[in-house]
Amino acid sequence: MSEGTSSGRDVLWQRATVAIPYIWLLIFFLAPFAIILKISTADPIIGQPPFTPTFDDEGTLLATVDSYKFLLTDKLYGITYLKSVLMAATATMLCLLLGFPMAYGIARAGSAARSILLLLVILPFWISFLLRVYAWMGLLNNYGVINNFLMWLGIIDQPLQLMYTDFAIYIGLVYSYLPFMILPLYATLERMDLDLVDAALDLGARPSQAFRDVTWPLARPGVIAGCLLVFIPAMGEYVIPYLLGGPESLMIGRVLFDEFFVNRDWPLASSVAIILLMLLVVPIVFLQRSQAKDVEGAT
Amino acid sequence: MTGNTKNNTGSDPFIEIDNLSKHFGDFVAVDSVNLQIDRGELFSILGGSGCGKTTLLRMMAGFELPTSGRIFIDGVDVTEQAPYHRPVNMMFQSYAIFPHMTVEKNVAYGLEKDRVSKGEIRTRVSEILELVQLTRFSKRKPNQLSGGQRQRVALARALVKRPKVLLLDEPLAALDKKLREYTQFELMNIQDELGITFVVVTHDQEEAMILSSRIAVMDEGRFEQVGPPKEVYEYPSSRFVADFIGTINMFEGTVDAAGDGGISMLSDEAGIPLTGLTEMTMRKGDKICIAVRPEKIFISQHEPENEEDTRLAGVVEDLGYFGNLSLYRIRLRSGKIVQVSAQNRRRSAKRFLEWDDQVFISWHPYSAIVLTK
Repeated sequence: MSEGTSSGRDVLWQRATVAIPYIWLLIFFLAPFAIILKISTADPIIGQPPFTPTFDDEGTLLATVDSYKFLLTDKLYGITYLKSVLMAATATMLCLLLGFPMAYGIARAGSAARSILLLLVILPFWISFLLRVYAWMGLLNNYGVINNFLMWLGIIDQPLQLMYTDFAIYIGLVYSYLPFMILPLYATLERMDLDLVDAALDLGARPSQAFRDVTWPLARPGVIAGCLLVFIPAMGEYVIPYLLGGPESLMIGRVLFDEFFVNRDWPLASSVAIILLMLLVVPIVFLQRSQAKDVEGAT
Repeated sequence: MTGNTKNNTGSDPFIEIDNLSKHFGDFVAVDSVNLQIDRGELFSILGGSGCGKTTLLRMMAGFELPTSGRIFIDGVDVTEQAPYHRPVNMMFQSYAIFPHMTVEKNVAYGLEKDRVSKGEIRTRVSEILELVQLTRFSKRKPNQLSGGQRQRVALARALVKRPKVLLLDEPLAALDKKLREYTQFELMNIQDELGITFVVVTHDQEEAMILSSRIAVMDEGRFEQVGPPKEVYEYPSSRFVADFIGTINMFEGTVDAAGDGGISMLSDEAGIPLTGLTEMTMRKGDKICIAVRPEKIFISQHEPENEEDTRLAGVVEDLGYFGNLSLYRIRLRSGKIVQVSAQNRRRSAKRFLEWDDQVFISWHPYSAIVLTK
């Protein structure tokens, strides 16, 4: 609601600034979504484009749900979705376990050390993501740095199978997405009044209780933001499972890519994408709501 | 020391601080402090920022480990006790109210940690909320409270555990003037009612004066003077204390004659010899200072007749009207500015004195404070 004193131009500006994110969403999210949705209801054909139109020349609707039916009947897709959710969730948990103490340490460090530590967290972004994943291949290979080092130490005789395993995918996911966990956590922890922890201790809480009762609940917005920032891209990750994972470690991003570019079944690939989006919307809405409740309570 | 301390039982001190020091690297925050506080006292530690008062308080609460020295509370050595084991609670300057808990939950937190039964928690929380007049707000979240209400939540939360000692870090600093005046008296009443020993840290000398049974004036990690408010104000032990508490006019000079409990001082700033009463033994030529509070000085347009008084002539440099009193800045012949305050006893729209008026100021020798430090 605009105040009675603000002029019509101010109101216009207010509306315009609010409109910008909506326009952005419309162009870059809703429009592509509509296109993908349209393709998912077509049949694949050999041609250009490689799918049937939604309406024929007479204007009758040709849309089908065949590709969705196929997704539900072929167990491979269900298993892959499940595996993707599990792997992304596990990677998110690992990032949280590693990232929370790191973010806490950075937030409590002296101001000089803090900026250096933050820089170190962001530094990997200066190198291409692809290159960094390739570097991990070099480290994890049968005759890579890690295996060579372990053999040199005499701990193992035969190289360990590190590459092309789920383990390698976890390494890749956690390594790549850890900064996305640390940064929002750092932002909330840094804002937190340290007196609150002292107050809890003063009132008789052990340090562990003070953490549970005060630090953790107040860090929750950061935890939620960090988890979403890790879980969502990890869920659709393609490069990491493709380069580091084995044939067993199917993740939905890889299936999606294969349907598009190997099988050239665009409708099926589109429906895979639509289902993936649906799967992601559920936790996002849920977490957003709990965050809104937090904001209402605190600040 | 005058008998201004209340509930002074004359027994062993309730809090004893023995040669306590805290170093942060090369910086000495607290420097070999000794202090004894009696049960039920409302004791203030007064000093400017960075004088070490907060560090001292945090050592009493258990948040900082002293570099050396010991702290005893009720006969128990608590120097190395963790904060959660001490019979001490603290009210933080920021209040440190848990933003994600209701008023009620905030206050109950300390009791929950002590595993007090649910029923008792409920009674004690409602009792203490009654005491600080927050019963109506018990279900509110902290962000729905005003500054004064938050302050009372912090107080209630610290008091509900019935600590032996309550530490208060700048308890009134965040409140506006009117609320501060009201809360000062409320705090004193609560302290009186519960009989808990209060240790207050403040930079506000007025707050310390009104609240405390005794004040310790702190500077650079050391106590400059410890005593009841009146003693610290009327009998400051050093230039620092005299200047820190209230306003004061200081004349620097050298001893001309001493003896018989009084001295005479030569001062270029005053232009005439000044006299003062002192028990200290001094020799001619000693550098000393005679200090007079603005309210102890009389101002008149005609030369006062009392020969015993110190009388100086000057010109009104500046004046300020404060409603209940007027402040004058008088320039002496030496150029020295003297501050004088006078009650506006008579109702009048006209000013009694104007800028550049020739005036005389005078005070009784008994009002003059002789300072050597």
